[in-house]
Order: sequence, then C-alpha cells, then structure tokens
Amino acid sequence: MKFKIFLIVFFLNININLHSNELVEESKIHKNLRCLVCQGQSIADSNSDFALTLKMVVKDLIEQGKTEEQIYSFLSDKYGDWILYKPKFNLDNFLLWGLPYLALIIGGVIIVFFIRKSSKKA
Amino acid sequence: MQKIIRSSIVLLFIFVFFVFYNSLNRETNYSTDYLVGKKLTKFNLKSFHEKNIYTNEDLKKNDYTLINFWASWCAPCRVEHPYLMQLSKEKNLKILGVNFKDKKINASKFLNELGNPYNDLAKDMTGKQSVNFGIYGIPESILVNNETMILKKFIGPLNNQDINYIKDIINSL
Amino acid sequence: MLSNTGNFLLLINIFLSSLIIYNSFKCLKTESNFIFKNIYQISLLQSTIVLICFFTLTAAFIVSDFSLITVYQNSHSLKPLFYKISGTWGNHEGSLLLWVIILTIFSFLFLIFNKNHPKNYRLYTLIIQNLLILGFLFFIIFNSNPFSFISPIPKEGLGLNPILQDPALAIHPPLLYVGFVGSSIYFSAAMASMISNYSGRNFAQSIKSWVLISWVFQTLGILVGSIWAYYELGWGGFWFWDPVENASLLPWFAMTALLHSLLVLEKRNTLYFWTIILCLLTFTLSVTGTFLVRSGILNSVHTFANDPSRGIFILIFLSLMIFASIYFLFNKFKPTNDFINSNSKETFVLINNWFMMFYLITVLLGTLYPIFTDVISNNKISVGPPFYNSVIIPVVVVFLFLMAIGPQAKWIKNKFSNLKNILLILGGAIIINIAIFYFLKSYSLISNLILISSLFLIISSFLDFFKKSRSSLPRIVSHLSFGFLILFIGLNHNFSVEKDFNLKLGEAKKIDNYEFALLDLKLNQEVNYKAVVGKLEVNNSITMERKILYPEIRIYENPQTLTYEASIQTNYLGDHYLTMSNIDRSEYYNIKFQHKPLMVWIWISVILLSLGGFLSLFKNAKNN
Repeated sequence: MKFKIFLIVFFLNININLHSNELVEESKIHKNLRCLVCQGQSIADSNSDFALTLKMVVKDLIEQGKTEEQIYSFLSDKYGDWILYKPKFNLDNFLLWGLPYLALIIGGVIIVFFIRKSSKKA
Repeated sequence: MQKIIRSSIVLLFIFVFFVFYNSLNRETNYSTDYLVGKKLTKFNLKSFHEKNIYTNEDLKKNDYTLINFWASWCAPCRVEHPYLMQLSKEKNLKILGVNFKDKKINASKFLNELGNPYNDLAKDMTGKQSVNFGIYGIPESILVNNETMILKKFIGPLNNQDINYIKDIINSL
Repeated sequence: MLSNTGNFLLLINIFLSSLIIYNSFKCLKTESNFIFKNIYQISLLQSTIVLICFFTLTAAFIVSDFSLITVYQNSHSLKPLFYKISGTWGNHEGSLLLWVIILTIFSFLFLIFNKNHPKNYRLYTLIIQNLLILGFLFFIIFNSNPFSFISPIPKEGLGLNPILQDPALAIHPPLLYVGFVGSSIYFSAAMASMISNYSGRNFAQSIKSWVLISWVFQTLGILVGSIWAYYELGWGGFWFWDPVENASLLPWFAMTALLHSLLVLEKRNTLYFWTIILCLLTFTLSVTGTFLVRSGILNSVHTFANDPSRGIFILIFLSLMIFASIYFLFNKFKPTNDFINSNSKETFVLINNWFMMFYLITVLLGTLYPIFTDVISNNKISVGPPFYNSVIIPVVVVFLFLMAIGPQAKWIKNKFSNLKNILLILGGAIIINIAIFYFLKSYSLISNLILISSLFLIISSFLDFFKKSRSSLPRIVSHLSFGFLILFIGLNHNFSVEKDFNLKLGEAKKIDNYEFALLDLKLNQEVNYKAVVGKLEVNNSITMERKILYPEIRIYENPQTLTYEASIQTNYLGDHYLTMSNIDRSEYYNIKFQHKPLMVWIWISVILLSLGGFLSLFKNAKNN
C-alpha cells in the first residue's frame, strides 16, 4: 500500500517535469522569474520597467528557439540564482528538493514500524 | 544509540541558531557582486550617433573601460554626471556610455547641458541589451579590463569614494 | 502623560507576573488541593491591567498624541478614526502588546476553566505561561516600547502605509494572534504536564478546547489575510508562498496535526509523547515565524519595518524555549506501550500527522533554505510558488484519498468490508471529473488527479453525513469543506482567464472572445489620497456578458505612496478582476484582466472549514 503511494508520488513528479520540457510557455516562465526591483513579486505580476524589459527578452529568447531551461540559465548567469523562483536541481539545493521526500519516506517507515510492533504485542 | 540521537538533535538546533544569528547582520538586499571576476558575455550595442556597432572586441583595445548606463529622465544620473566628467580626464580609462530607454533629443540635450564624458556612446532603446550586462535599474556602471573581465560593479550613482577606487585601479599599472 | 501611564502599567505587569510565579511556587509546597485565592485575583488584575495598557495606547492613537514615537511613526491626524484605532496593532510595538494581552487572558481563562484538573498541573502551567509573559514584557520595555517618548514633540505623524489602511487588514492580526499566540497555553500545559507527570486522557481533555480555539482563529486569520492579498496586492492571486504567509501556515499544520493526535490520546490513551511534541512545536513555530518576519532576514511582499536588535532578542527567547523543551522531553521521555492496530482510526490519524509533517517540513525548508545558502555558501536563491506547487500538489492527491477513507475506519480494529463502496465513489468522482473537463476543455494530468481526489473526498463525506450520527458532524463538515476548498482551488486555477495588454484613452482592443475599451479617465480627490479612476468596458462575445469596471491608481500623501486598486465584480460563478497601472514615460496604461471562476466559493469553503472547528468546540464544551 505505502509502496504504491510512493510510486504514484514519484510518477507524478516525473510527469510534471516531462511536461515542462515539451513546450515553452511564456506565462509560466514569467511566473518563475523574480522581479528584482519589486517586493517579492514575479515579473508576471509586475509592471515595473525591469519586468517589462525582461518580458521582452524572454519573448526574444523563445523566438530564437531557446528551451525553458536555456532561458533560465541565461538569466541566472546574468542575475544569479536569486532570479529563479524554482531553485535549480544542483548540489547546493539537493537538501531542499530531497529532504521533504526523505521526511515522507522516514515518516512512513516509522508508522509501519510502529504498527508492526503493536501488532506483535497483540 | 539514544545518546547519539539526542546529541545530534541538540547540535542541529545549535547549528540553526548559529545560522540565524549570522544572517541577522547580513545584507538582505539583492546584489550582483558575484558577477565580479566574470567576463562580459557577447553584446552588440548600436552607436548613438552613427550606424556602427560596439562589441566586446572594441573594449579589448582599451586598458580599462567603464560602462555607464544612463538616461536623461533618471534623476540620480544627473547627480553622478560631474564625477563622470572628472573620470573622463583619466588617460588609462575609456568610458562607454549606454543611453538607456531614452529619447534621442532629450539625451542630446542632457549632454549639451552637462557636458559629454563619454569616449564612446551607445544606445539601448528597448533596454534588452542591458540584460546582457545584468543591469536591473539605472544608473549602474561596470568597470572592465582589457580582457573584458568585470572588476567592479557600481549600483546607483557614482560618488567620490567610487571615483577614487576607480582611479586607484587604473593607475596601479 | 499617556507615555508615563503606559510605562507605569507595563512595570506593574512585570511585578504582577513575578508575584504570580512566586505565589504559585508557594502554593505548590502546600498539602492542600486548592489554589490560593489570591492567585486568581492577581491573574484577573493582570489581564485587566494589560487591557488598560492597550487602551492607553489606543487612546494615544485616537487623540494623535505624537509625543509617542510609535504614534508619530504610524499615524497621522487626518487619518480616518477607524484606522487610527486599528493602527494600535498595525505596527510592531503595538502588536507586541496584543501578544501580551492574549498570553495573559489565555493564562487567566485556562486557570479558571480547568478546576477539575490537579493543582500542580495547573500551577506549573501558570508559572510557565507567566515566564513567557515576562519574556515578552521585557522585550517590550527594553526593545520595542510603544510608549517611548519623543522630544521635541512633532506636529504631525508620518502616517500609516496606505496599503495597510484596509478593513480586512485591521482584523487580520487580532484573528491570527488569537490563533498562534493562543497556542502558547498548550505549550505551557505540555511543559507542565511533563513536570507534574499529568499525562494521558485527562491532559488531552484539558487542552482540547484551547487547541480548537486557536485552530479556528488561525484558519480565519489566514483566510482574511488571503482575501486582503487578493484584492489589495493587485495581481489576482491569493496565496504567494511568501515567507510571511508561510510563517502563518507553519503553526497551522502543526495545530491540525495536534488536533488529530489529540483525538487518539483522548479516546485510546496512546501517542502521549507525540502529542506533547506537537504542542511544543506549534508555539515554537509561532515564535520562529515571528522571528523571521520581524528580524528582517527575509525578503517579502509584506514589509515590516525591521531591526536586527529585535531579531537577537526573539532569537534568544526562542532558543531558551527550545532548549527547555528539549531538556524536559529528554528527561521525561520513556518508551510507552503505545498500541496501534493497522487499519484502525488511529492509523489514519497517524497518516494525517505524517502528511501534515511532510507539508510542514516542505514549507519550513522552503522558507529557511535561502537563509542557509546565503550564510553558508554566500549564494542568494529564491524559493517561490513553482517549488511548493511541484513538491506539495502531487502529495495532496494521495492525502485527499486517505482523508476520505480514514473516517470510515473504526477505533482499535477495522476490516475493510466496504471496498466496493470506495470503488463506487471513485467511479463517481472520475465521471464528474471527465464531465467537467469535457465541457470546459482543458487537460493536465495533475489537475485531473486533484479534481478526482477532491471529488472523492466530497462524495464520501456527503455519504457519511447521511449515514452517521450527529456526533461526527464537526469532522464531516471540516473534511467536506476541505474537499471543496481543494476542488475550487483546482477549478479556479485551471479555468482562470488572464489577459495582459496596453491601452490608451479611447482605444479598444479585441483579444480572443473578449473586447476591451478604455472609455474614460477621471481624477478624484479624496480625503487622504488622489485617484486616477479608469472606466473600462469588457465584452465577452461568447457569454454576451458586458461589464463596466473601475480600476484606480491611487496617490497617497502621508506617506507618499502609489497603489493600484483592483476593480472586482463578484458573483457566484466567478470574479471579474481588473487592474490598471501606468507605464513610465508613456501615455499607455497596462491593463491586466482576469476572470477567476468560483472565487467566492474558495472563501466560503474556508469559512465552513473553521465552522467545523467551532462545532467541535461546541460539542466538547457540552460534553464536559
């Protein structure tokens, strides 16, 4: 039962990622870019000069045939990882992406262990 | 076993407090300092007056170049202008001005009024080119050497201290 | 004058708290089973004086007494009376006073409402709660004193940030504070329970109402905050996974987990230590959240004036709290003979806790991680909505299924005889889901799964409603409305329409089936701001709907701020949401139009969710 749940969870995650590689959605990219001159807004939510410029640049890059990942790495080269709302999968961030699932697995193991122990006593 | 778990919990919390304590005195504002030491990526800037184009190659001819992003509508640009005029007297330094999201008439008027410190003048009407330099607001200035490596970024108007810093670097040859 | 009164009252409070602690220790030494009468009296006096102290500050705001720094910095004589009053808690210093009010009133109420519990347990709770009160009083007096005097006295105040001048934001902090500051009482009770060895069922009963109260208020507080963000921040979202929002969500997860594990402790007398941990965790997270928000180490939409010295104080307070908690946990922890059967209700409560901890860890990690990367590797990163959505949403699907199945299980032992029912419900959910997507045409796997799982939960809760006795009504209401909440968020997210374009006066534009026209621009002069009001016509060629919307650009004077007011027309099917903003150096205006389906039902679901909590509270009060 638990194992099935994990399979579902992981399957879903893989699926999301596959999905995102296939087509380049402008508005999705906008939502993932932080407006550096605003207070915690994405460029999709801002009309500042900076956000407008960045939207134009994103449009150009899409027209040049760049993938979503290439656009992110181009911009994070210029402005740092701070500009991306979805942190990259890399060595620095593996705890961020990994720990929630690790906690989920450990939690599941503890519960199974706990119930097993109880049922033995019974 | 229990001891190990207990002490690791305590250590974890001490570590967290240490990080929190350290972060209290840090600057939380965004900065682009990490660009220092990197080379400029390829760029194509249109000249302000003529039809030619400035690229990375042009900067390699100079010992040092200060790339200054400005506009006539930007009030702090007026504040830093006298300092740029001062720097324009330096021999080892060329100044490349990039006129940012501006109207040609206003920009020319601005330079006629306050003087032209720029050895080369380029324009970026849409602001798209400035993204190549990691610019997010003006005025911003970038000091590069003859390998187009970024030596320093100045965010906001240049001041006396910045000017002296630049002079120290370019005259250290 | 008000400054002196306020300071004097604060000092009296420190004295009273110390007196309560002193008397409580004295009372602990006596043989008798009764608590000294004077402890009750001092507690009552303490609550009264804190309230008077708060009203003193309110009075200073009403009469615009700018000799107080707090009033000077956060008020203005021309501000409407309502916002002068709400200004009392709309700033850091005043809101700390609100903290202390809730700490003391809860302390007093806990003392008088738990007379059938042992003396030592009640006294220790009182002592620990008063230590917390003392901590905050010292913080107020030495660091954030709302009664600090300024000289020479300024003639006029600096004004309150206009985006905070809003009725929703006036009631948001008090609601939220009853929630997460209220959790202090079961922090104290949990400590007292360990110290006085008062565990098990009775302990669960003594804190159950308090957990419910704080949960209901926390839920409502989060709701009001979201509604405010929705119409005030002007980009149509209601949840941004912003650090400040996360800070209010973290205790909520812990409270929700606690609410469920408390049921097991009450009914089956197991999971005692886990429940204690959750009690301690809830308030610890509340203080952590306060630390993150007030110390200014996070960059957020919701700006507070920040100051690192506040951070240091709260950090010390927090570490004392945590190390005291850990000390008692380590000392008192002994492996208990917890007895849990698989497939019983207990198992499902554990599963609830398991998922709540997952959400909690994810959100906590996402909020804190940028701080860690910055300090350790000097790398500034952002963790925003795309991260939370991709980590959390898939897990929510599984969670909703288990949430529907869980309540069907019985206490102690259960056999799944009703598998057929479950499959039938699942079939029903899938059919409804297909129908929705067939008529509205949109497809993505994850949103299908979200809809199916939430429909599954809704249908099974409905069936429950007709089968079960009235006693499980609170649970059914809460679970049902949670299902609705996720369903409506899912539908809203999937079928939102967003159009972003530029228009100038007199111009019209056609985008897909919509036609927009900027008919008029007017300049209005209001009491404390000027406004440019646009008149926009929106025609939908499919539904033949015609809407006129009036977005505003406001220019406030004290302090000078530019805000964009969305124009929203709500009906039961959805909201038409439109914002207009000026583009620098251009005659064009940027228009952002959104159609957000079923918006109002999202709010209603959350209200129903907290209603479930209220019903449970009512039931609990009747039973005891």
